[in-house]
Amino acid sequence: MKLSLKGMVATLIAFCVVGAVAQSFDDPKEYDFQNGLLGVKPKGPAGKPWLQYVAGNPIDTSKYKKAGPYRLCFSNAGVNNPWRVVGYKNMQAEVDLHKKDIASFVHADAEGKDDKQISDINAFISGGQCDLLIVSPNTTAALTPAVEKACAKLPVIVFDRGVLTGCPVTFINPIGGYGFGITSAAFIADNLPKGAKVLALRILPGVDVLETRWAAAKKIFAERGITVVGAEFTGGDRAKTKAIVEDYLNRVGTIDGIWMDAGATSVAAIEAFEDSGKKLPVINGEDQQDFLQKWKALKLKAIAPTYPTYQWRTPIIAAVSILKGEPVIGPNWKLPQPAITQANLDSYVNPAMPPLHYAMCGCEAMPDYPKRWSGGK
Amino acid sequence: MTAAVVSASTSRWRGLARTNVAVLLFLLLYAAIAIQQPSYLEPAGLLNFLRRAAPLAILACGQLFVLVAGGFDLSMGALVTLTVLGGSMLIGGDPAQTWWAIGVLFAIGLAAGLVNGAIVGVLRVPSIIATLGMLLMLKGVALVWSGGSPRGYLPDNFRMFGRLVFRDVPLVGTLPLAVIVLAAFVAVVAWLQHGSVFGKRVLAVGDNAVAAQLAGVPVRLTRLAAFAISSIAAVTGGIMLGGFAGVSLDVGEGMEMQAISACVIGGTQLLGGRGSVAGAAAGALSLYALFTLLNLLGMPQPLRETAQGLILISAVAAGTLRRRLE
Repeated sequence: MKLSLKGMVATLIAFCVVGAVAQSFDDPKEYDFQNGLLGVKPKGPAGKPWLQYVAGNPIDTSKYKKAGPYRLCFSNAGVNNPWRVVGYKNMQAEVDLHKKDIASFVHADAEGKDDKQISDINAFISGGQCDLLIVSPNTTAALTPAVEKACAKLPVIVFDRGVLTGCPVTFINPIGGYGFGITSAAFIADNLPKGAKVLALRILPGVDVLETRWAAAKKIFAERGITVVGAEFTGGDRAKTKAIVEDYLNRVGTIDGIWMDAGATSVAAIEAFEDSGKKLPVINGEDQQDFLQKWKALKLKAIAPTYPTYQWRTPIIAAVSILKGEPVIGPNWKLPQPAITQANLDSYVNPAMPPLHYAMCGCEAMPDYPKRWSGGK
Repeated sequence: MTAAVVSASTSRWRGLARTNVAVLLFLLLYAAIAIQQPSYLEPAGLLNFLRRAAPLAILACGQLFVLVAGGFDLSMGALVTLTVLGGSMLIGGDPAQTWWAIGVLFAIGLAAGLVNGAIVGVLRVPSIIATLGMLLMLKGVALVWSGGSPRGYLPDNFRMFGRLVFRDVPLVGTLPLAVIVLAAFVAVVAWLQHGSVFGKRVLAVGDNAVAAQLAGVPVRLTRLAAFAISSIAAVTGGIMLGGFAGVSLDVGEGMEMQAISACVIGGTQLLGGRGSVAGAAAGALSLYALFTLLNLLGMPQPLRETAQGLILISAVAAGTLRRRLE
């Protein structure tokens, strides 16, 4: 619906990506692995999921040991969406918690561009001002060579999206996209009869973390006899989401469930049901405040699987441990990926926080909470 | 081919040419929508369509004045973004703050429009550059103000401009508030363009600024007012879009291009001197009908954009052809 050049180019690229690597989004082995992890009881300190793990083992880091305080460098894919805004604030707060051990924390924002991130990483390597490099890659394949180059010079931690090399000391991420798709689709299927109609709303094609969510959901809906009346791309646009859902309600009559690959437009989808006076659907959103509050106010039958922003805390903690020569979880530190359910909804709803704040931030006890996250209120 | 046949076919073309291309295009697209989904033929369906198309139609009607005066206003979409984000920041979910906040938003819009007009009129910077700069500035302000994660909700008395629907209205059954706002806005700008001296001045300035100046038209003031109207339209559209769908960061993105496209489909001449409010509104409805149809057909995104591009070019080509035949 956007006529902007940027949108068209992005779509074109997305189209090419889909064509090139379409098969890899349905990976039964990875699906089974993540499905298994959902049932694993996390190890590590209770109530601190950013320190827990569901896969990985303590690894020796004594060869990186050096005297503090440390200079940390962070190459960030971008702070270009609310999820990353919340995450980056978590990270800054975590740095403040280690004032004694961290002498400096330098942040390079790649603004969502691979080429900028590659040159950011190169600048960090040649600058010689980093004891350890943290990377949150913009895209997987493009950033791999730059990360390999960095590994040769200093310890590297990668988190969120991955790279195609095992050279970092550890790679930190939550269970993943299949896990998100399984949790959400299974809840919807559990709460609807066989043959019920579900509309799937997706942001855009070709992004691996989103494609895997949809691949898992599609599989579950097929297994459980749920009819998917449509899978539409919303572009993350609330107005478009609302228009799409209104059109579907007109055309199909009744929609029993809404499945979403990301929570940003879930409230717009619910409003479409409200405004047309239809029975509210069984729905999944994400852990954003606007969705949680709507869920509570309308007493929806809902679930909020998360891609938790507390994962932004873990790399700082791991960085300090590595430079002290203490063991960290590796080579892939899998963080737990909890969902917000009716049972624990009340403990996450907080009307004082901004609508796009991600509740699963693990940030409530951090310095300057809530001011840092709510922008000075 | 004999001369008689040629003249007969030309006169038939002339009859068609008198109707705006945008109106024909809209009827065609809407018919296609109705075939896909008959509920669009009911009054409620039509009014709901108008409600969703209203922000774009209002933006197009505002953009029209700048285009007719021979300029471009690329800052519209960014002003929509700023309106929605700024509204959420100012109001913070408290219904008591809505009215003064709306006043502040219009003041911001008016100021942006006057600055656009002043830069173009006094500093003689081409409007495409001046408003591109304004686009970047407004977008930057919106992002800095909200910190990339807007806080505060839009309360119901703000949301009503996009959401409220009056029920049990005689004749039509339901009546969305947005449609009333749209009708009122179009009536005011149509009078401005076709019924006021100002409208004639805008046309004169766009047609030939030097001639207009010599004829005693206050060229700078006219341009200033055209940019102000465009910005007021953007704020109005922004309030309605925020009302329809709530706060999001990318609301408004690309809307300046949609508004310009709508005007062009409606027969507005780029670089000025020709265009009508009715055409711009019909162009906007055509464009929105196209979006709706492509959604209903469930085409994959890349195909939708290809179709959009094709129809845009065809509509403009048809408009040019029509003008040559006149």
